[in-house]
Amino acid sequence: MLEFINGDVACAEGAIAAGCRFFGGYPITPSTEIAERMALRLPQVGGAFMQMEDELASIMCVLGASWAGKKAMTATSGPGFSLMQESIGLAAMTETPCVIVDVQRAGPSTGLPTLVAQGDVMQSRFGSHGDYRTIVLAPANAQEMYDLTIRAFNLSERFRTPVIVLSDEVCGHITSGVDLREKVDIENRKKPGSSECLPFKADEDLIPPMAVAGEGYRFHVTGLTHNEKGYPVTSAEVQQALVTRLVDKVEKRKGEIVDAEFFMLDDADMCVIAYGSEAGSAKKAVKMAREKGIKAGLLRPKVLWPLGNFEDYVKDMKKVLVVELNSGQFYSDAKCWNRNTKLLGGYGGELHRPDDILKVMEVF
Amino acid sequence: MEIIIAGFGGQGIMLAGYLLGRAATIYEGKQAVFQESYGPEARGSACKANLKISDEPIDYPIVESADYLIALSKEGYELNEPLLRGPVIYDSSLVPGVKRKGYGIDATGIAESLHNRIVANMVITGFFLGVTKIIKKESFEKAIESGVAKRFVELNKTAFEAGYSEGIINAEK
Repeated sequence: MLEFINGDVACAEGAIAAGCRFFGGYPITPSTEIAERMALRLPQVGGAFMQMEDELASIMCVLGASWAGKKAMTATSGPGFSLMQESIGLAAMTETPCVIVDVQRAGPSTGLPTLVAQGDVMQSRFGSHGDYRTIVLAPANAQEMYDLTIRAFNLSERFRTPVIVLSDEVCGHITSGVDLREKVDIENRKKPGSSECLPFKADEDLIPPMAVAGEGYRFHVTGLTHNEKGYPVTSAEVQQALVTRLVDKVEKRKGEIVDAEFFMLDDADMCVIAYGSEAGSAKKAVKMAREKGIKAGLLRPKVLWPLGNFEDYVKDMKKVLVVELNSGQFYSDAKCWNRNTKLLGGYGGELHRPDDILKVMEVF
Repeated sequence: MEIIIAGFGGQGIMLAGYLLGRAATIYEGKQAVFQESYGPEARGSACKANLKISDEPIDYPIVESADYLIALSKEGYELNEPLLRGPVIYDSSLVPGVKRKGYGIDATGIAESLHNRIVANMVITGFFLGVTKIIKKESFEKAIESGVAKRFVELNKTAFEAGYSEGIINAEK
């Protein structure tokens, strides 16, 4: 069904379609419409909405809801995302499926509350302490706010890990036609098959089955390094095995996760790399460049982390231009793929104008 | 096509923009993006609705200049007139001194004659569509029916109709 809604509302509808039945959050521009929509929609589908006292409590109640067996999410913006980092690490360590939406605004600190930026790219990757791997999806428009939120839930259930939807103010606030799909593929977490439950003993796919509270199993959940039953163990061997698996379950299976749009790259000698709402500006610039005879194309990662093997697409290009609303957080990886890579960065407030991107392409 | 609707918070600027986008997208199969822009106040500060409508996918959603400006305040007219390529459609009771090509209507006066000045937004939107025909009348009426709270549908449609019939008289050649 086609609806005319903004990206935040589309995100909430995607969550409901994916089976999310719990939202815990604290309102913050430009993500507030997600909370508003969930407060309206969740009671209609037998779910629960809780407004918490702050973002620390918001993410913690989401983790609790997940261990109670519900698909759960929260939504925030930069300042709240910073506050949530400690518990995103707890979710990674306890392998708790959940979805965190960060509708980015310009920072640092409270920054520009109502204006766009992409400054949280590295924070979404390595925001919490310790070693782990997150999955970070980057929607570029309202339709993708819907589609990638569904995908975020499916990935979080499949990999038993927090998944971050890294949106931005333009993506969240612009209203456009969104197809709320009739049929949505939904994945659910693996459950224990026998009477015993070892919630941290992985199968061959590196993912352990997850029992939830109230099903009669006896186990422990802690942020401390733990054994297969979940009890704390202070040893280098257990730490090594556990964190290796936390990293490997994402890195070794990233072929299932990574996704990107490739636009006019087949005959291109200049590759523009952009993601999120900036990709719209970049795509327009690429089309304008083509009209001027510049053989340009666009590589748009829909998944930022884990990092895809994009080197194969980029290494033979004559020129690579990374366009992002930060000082080069994605560029720092992308420049390793091709020696002739430049950055068109910025600090937010507004998207790059296609004309301005084109000017840089023309003199590259 | 790019459209700016400018006025003060409380005049229904956003609703007018939203319904135009809704009509274009859902009832005419076009692409539309709609962006709100306003100050921190709930009412009374300058605000505008930015709209792009196209038959092709819209890559860059930001409105930087406009083919049409719908002005419901003097300030909204003066602030956005420099961005305008085409005609201005304005409330003649609120926007005096329009020098450039435009179409004026006493939208507020017509709304008052319907006993509710808050539907001046629908009067001027109807007038705009009557003049420009960029969206079919039926499509916009359907957008009102599905996009406005039930108890206000008739009032909004009546106001829209009143503006539309004035627009037809002044239609763009």
